[in-house]
Amino acid sequence: MEPEKNLKLKLNTRCPVTIGIDLGSTTAKLVVVRDGELIYSCYERHFAQVRTKLLELVRRIRDTVGEDTPIHCAISGSAGMGVAKASGIEFVQEVFATAEVVRVLEPDTSAVIELGGEDAKIIFFDGGIDERMNGSCAGGTGAFIDQMATLLDVTPQEMDEMSLRATRTYPIASRCGVFAKTDIQPLLNQGAAKENIAASIYAAVVSQTITGLAQGKKIGGRVMFLGGPLYFCRGLRKSFCEALALDEAHAVFPDYAPFAVAIGAALYADRQEKTLTWRELEAAVEASTHEKVSAAAMPPLFRDEEEYEAFRARHAAAKVAEGDLASYTGDAYLGIDCGSTTTKMTLIGASDEVLWSYYDSNRGNPVEIVREQLLKLREACGERVTVRGSAVTGYGEELIRHAFHVDHGLVETMAHFTAAKHFDPAVDFILDIGGQDIKCFKVKDDAIDSIMLNEACSSGCGSFISAFARAMGYSVEEFARIGLFAKAPVDLGSRCTVFMNSSVKQAQKDGASVEDISAGLSMSVVKNAVYKVIRATDPDQLGKRIVVQGGTFYNDTVLRSFEMLLAREVIRPSIAGLMGAFGAALYAKSVRGETSSLLTAEELRAFAYTSSATVCGGCGNRCHLTVNRFVGGEKYISGAKCDRGAGKLRHGEEETPDVYRWKQERMQKLISDEGEAVRGTVGLPLALGMWELAPFWHTLFRTLGIRVVWSGISDRDLYRRGQYSIPSDTVCYPAKLMHGHIETLVQKKPDAVFYPCLTYNVDEGRSDNHYNCPVVAYYGELLAGNVESLRETKFLYPYLNLLDKAQFARAMCRALKPVWGDVPLSEMRRAVKAAWERYDAFMQENRKWGEEALNRAHAHGKRVMILAGRPYHVDPEISHAIDRLATSLGFVVVSEDSVCHLAAKPHVNVLNQWTYHARLYAAAEFAAGTPDVELVQLVSFGCGIDAITTDEVRSILERHGKLYTQIKIDEITNLGAVTIRLRSLLGALELADRQREEGKKN
Amino acid sequence: MSPENGKTGCAGAAGNCAVCQGCAAVSGCAPEDDRVLFTKEMRRDYTILLPSMLPIHFHFLSEIFNANGYHMVLLENGTHGDAKKVIDVGLKYVHNDTCYPAMLMIGQFIDALNSGEYDVHKTAVLISQTGGGCRASNYLPLLRKALKKAGYGYVPVVSLNFAGLEKNPGFRFTMPMIHATIYAMLYGDLLLTLRDQCRPYETVPGATQALVDKWIRLIMEDIEGNGIRYGKVKRNYRLILEDFAALPRTQDKKPLVGIVGEIFVKFSPLGNNALEAFLNAEGAETTMGGLCDFLLYVISNMQMDRKIYGTGRFRAFVAGRIARFFIRRQDDMIRAIREHGVFRAPARFEDTCRAAADYIGYGTKMGEGWLLPAEMAELLHSGVENIVVVQPFGCLPNHIIGKGMMKPMKEKNPGANIVAIDYDAGASKINQENRLKLMLANARASQGCADQNARC
Repeated sequence: MEPEKNLKLKLNTRCPVTIGIDLGSTTAKLVVVRDGELIYSCYERHFAQVRTKLLELVRRIRDTVGEDTPIHCAISGSAGMGVAKASGIEFVQEVFATAEVVRVLEPDTSAVIELGGEDAKIIFFDGGIDERMNGSCAGGTGAFIDQMATLLDVTPQEMDEMSLRATRTYPIASRCGVFAKTDIQPLLNQGAAKENIAASIYAAVVSQTITGLAQGKKIGGRVMFLGGPLYFCRGLRKSFCEALALDEAHAVFPDYAPFAVAIGAALYADRQEKTLTWRELEAAVEASTHEKVSAAAMPPLFRDEEEYEAFRARHAAAKVAEGDLASYTGDAYLGIDCGSTTTKMTLIGASDEVLWSYYDSNRGNPVEIVREQLLKLREACGERVTVRGSAVTGYGEELIRHAFHVDHGLVETMAHFTAAKHFDPAVDFILDIGGQDIKCFKVKDDAIDSIMLNEACSSGCGSFISAFARAMGYSVEEFARIGLFAKAPVDLGSRCTVFMNSSVKQAQKDGASVEDISAGLSMSVVKNAVYKVIRATDPDQLGKRIVVQGGTFYNDTVLRSFEMLLAREVIRPSIAGLMGAFGAALYAKSVRGETSSLLTAEELRAFAYTSSATVCGGCGNRCHLTVNRFVGGEKYISGAKCDRGAGKLRHGEEETPDVYRWKQERMQKLISDEGEAVRGTVGLPLALGMWELAPFWHTLFRTLGIRVVWSGISDRDLYRRGQYSIPSDTVCYPAKLMHGHIETLVQKKPDAVFYPCLTYNVDEGRSDNHYNCPVVAYYGELLAGNVESLRETKFLYPYLNLLDKAQFARAMCRALKPVWGDVPLSEMRRAVKAAWERYDAFMQENRKWGEEALNRAHAHGKRVMILAGRPYHVDPEISHAIDRLATSLGFVVVSEDSVCHLAAKPHVNVLNQWTYHARLYAAAEFAAGTPDVELVQLVSFGCGIDAITTDEVRSILERHGKLYTQIKIDEITNLGAVTIRLRSLLGALELADRQREEGKKN
Repeated sequence: MSPENGKTGCAGAAGNCAVCQGCAAVSGCAPEDDRVLFTKEMRRDYTILLPSMLPIHFHFLSEIFNANGYHMVLLENGTHGDAKKVIDVGLKYVHNDTCYPAMLMIGQFIDALNSGEYDVHKTAVLISQTGGGCRASNYLPLLRKALKKAGYGYVPVVSLNFAGLEKNPGFRFTMPMIHATIYAMLYGDLLLTLRDQCRPYETVPGATQALVDKWIRLIMEDIEGNGIRYGKVKRNYRLILEDFAALPRTQDKKPLVGIVGEIFVKFSPLGNNALEAFLNAEGAETTMGGLCDFLLYVISNMQMDRKIYGTGRFRAFVAGRIARFFIRRQDDMIRAIREHGVFRAPARFEDTCRAAADYIGYGTKMGEGWLLPAEMAELLHSGVENIVVVQPFGCLPNHIIGKGMMKPMKEKNPGANIVAIDYDAGASKINQENRLKLMLANARASQGCADQNARC
């Protein structure tokens, strides 16, 4: 993409010649201004060779400026800091430079939004200049768009054009690039139209920018858009204008947008005293290219070629038997692994030899790829080879199974376990790093003992390496190879790929070589797996016979990094990337069907399908469905979170007990019963701690004759309404939702909105103290300071201590006085008493429901899942109907607060001082001691306290030989990863049961 | 469970730690049975490791203990100054979503134990406890867990708190020691203030630090010798002030940047990528509230509980007495600076405290609670408009008291130039520096300094 070539602009500078340079994270820009007029501009990608590229650009303008003319010059941009320091040229911070441009060229602008490769910025001009840059999570906007284009297998331009043809957008998490990708990947696999995905990606960028940067300040008036992505992507512009409701007169897209910072630098240089000649400039830049910079280095992966050869020879031994499809005659079994980024297929013969295999990127269209390959395979098989069975696994399992009539579907973990056992029957630990996911499981007594899957934050590592390699102009193989002998691998951190990406940019600017980055990235990915997913500190915790697999392990650099980190040798099968498919094939063989229902060559030739998007109206979740119709009338609906939406459950059938659903229904009833407005009305937001205390406050106000207006149950629209005022982008989603609740309430115009500050929660005697977390406790303070619309009404957020009977009623009288006047203390006491009674009744009902659900599960021989989180996780917009998903898998679902009374207070190794978290520990203790009861912990992203509870809950469960499953939830709505997790859990439980049965028989 | 069958309000519950607002649970979280005690015998020949949070203050603290028969060592930033190693070890043994300070402190301990410099069977570790409802109150159990994981389960963990919770027979923080500590903290704050005001202007690089080191040595000799006498302390104040005033300094005026934030990343260069040094190198002078304010904040929260909830009468009374004593001593130090007349004196705690009133309720007491907005507001009142708010990535209280207070601060003080910086093992330094540079550019612009990069 090229920006405008013959850019002309009047700038009214005073110096004869000024040069502005902008060195961004991906591109270098240079402008020359002579006699107050922009005469030259240049925009190029620098591929991390910042200084060399700058030298090239400077040399190019020799004739334009003349060798000895005195010039004013300044550098800007994040990559410019180091260069400026090394060359002694003036530096100006880029946001500052942007503000200069706006002041000179568009003085009536009220806000500027600038997106770059790495950073996003907003500058407000109304009411004093206010500048913001994105927080650490929301980095890499431009890089993200590029990566997404790679994921869709199109160029960024193509993606842009596609987005303009979109008919709808999907909700995509906007917290950060990694989360967004987690939502996008399954959409691709479900066959959603690329046009719609492209538009959804832009919508996510817009939403991220607005939440992350505006932070409570409304963007309005004339808004100017700057930076590469906003200049090149028309779809993105459209999306911004729509989100901010800007018409043409109020949205400014200047043709100098890509150069704005460079021009700002020139304007800044114009005011400086210092001059130099072109010759001096060239010399300074040249000198800077020779400067040695050191980044934090790690030891090299291999000392020498010899060591590498020994390593290669060792791994070459882990080979699978191979056969020749062209000459083979007899039975064969097919396995398909439709993963997040790649599709893998394997055909095995009667003695498990691999006859044929396929491994490639699914290029955003797995159905077509599988069809193509199946057809090829069917033709190659001819009459000689009979496919007796077939099985499919992976993200696209359901879709592929329906499309091609594959005989079996199985969950990935089981497929991988089956395959790994083939290589080492005594395997006790399996680590799989795929494109999107990291999965590991321990094996004990031939059964899966514990499963660890990455959560959203550490996902996408594998595909990050390949996308990065391609962006640098390397193939994945080459990129891996050059990393092997890197002399000083750079440390790139391990939090997530967004952070890694920033670290890479920094390393590049520090002059790290591609070799060092390749090796460093491998180490980061491995550290992510070991420290964040496995949480292991000692190789012995992993096991003695470790099998590693997944496409990412083809990369020898990754493999070596892993062995180095563990100081242990592992087995990497020669078909590391095919293990899912191989396992599926082995499974298909083990089931031993007579005939396979797999489509024949003829059927494959006639194969066609259409997909259409719709929104399910079955319940309040409003799932976005993709309906795939295949030739022959077969239909597959994806995206539904329950059986009914997926078309599996007919009306009238008895639904599985689900305490979450019961609580939701009860809450719906409670909040629609508003009462009489004798004294007035109060607005209560149904978010955070209110979910727990709703019956209390509701009853208290109603008894006082104050009508209760609730904000209602959350949904995505409500979230969007409040998004603009969120000051901290790393806070948890439940807290973010609070802003939407407040907006909704204010529109309902109650006399006052009420959300008290509660340092202490109720005390259930289960913990050593009974705190709320800081966010639940003090969010009122934040709302008061940040939500502007609250100023249209009264907002009460008194500090209260619920448990102090003597003081509480009095404190409430004081708190309510400014709005509703004096309330007699005796009346207040009565109200408080009624409120506690109602609260107790609710809690009692929870416990009754829990017991009832357990009894029904027992009577019907069903498994029970304790979906353990916080009271506010019942909010369907927070738990995203994971409870329905669990019931559709056959689990009876209970909540942590409906069963925690059934166990004694467990011993924990940490400070047990939060009321909600104490329930978690008790629920875990209950699950640990009760057969057929499993615990799945819901953790909100950003919940710092859960960083402590998760390890404890896990240790309680594992002490009793139970599996621990954690689900990280956030704005991400797509349940693809959650489904895999829950199905893995179910698969492991069923396998263990089967083995126990068999054990009994023997 | 309603109050009928539950305990009465916690704020009033006895046993709440006098200092850290609610560590009553400490004894519960680490049952006596599996806790390794620090015994009297250990006191003789054990080395106690202390994390480096505040380089100056903790130096004094270790000296006070050494003067009382302990052998305490203040850890450097990693063995042989290798901070990266500390972070690596931290990542390995602490849940990666736990706050960065926990990772650093625990990393420091385990790194030191791994280094071979200490006889690990004759070593204990000391960690200070504050926190309450913030997850920071879990540092101590997390440290124990990490030690166990790293194979150092036998290393005793000693909790430093002023209320004698989690008792160890061999470890006693006696009244005379607490007394000495209070003076040491005052000395520390004085040296911190003077260092911040001299270092950016020193004509001989390193001269300020040399002077700080000299005084640390002299004060330590005092502590080691006859213990601390207040008259001597006040005399020392004057001597210190004169000494620093005599330091050759340039006469220019640099933009002044206030630093507020989570206590560890605010004070520890390890935690904040040497923030002060960076700002100094960029031509700015820094200023920040001292440790005394934090301690006073912790103590005064007990009075706040009394005011807000009407509970804890006795605790509030005791806290009030301690606070009054402490505040008077802080006033003396501040008066000494004012009377001397060369340096800018820090704000009195009571003034800082009052400054919060426009922004946040005093009931906010988790983490740095109302103190953080108070410090911001106090800086703005005294004309320091450039502020860096530092926090560990994902710090829970800071969502509210840090980032959540920026908008109201800016609204009430249109000139405010505030930037929030997250610190984390994975955060890239260049992004942090770029944001700081933006803040500095604005600082210079508003100082009417046309030349943005000049050391004006």
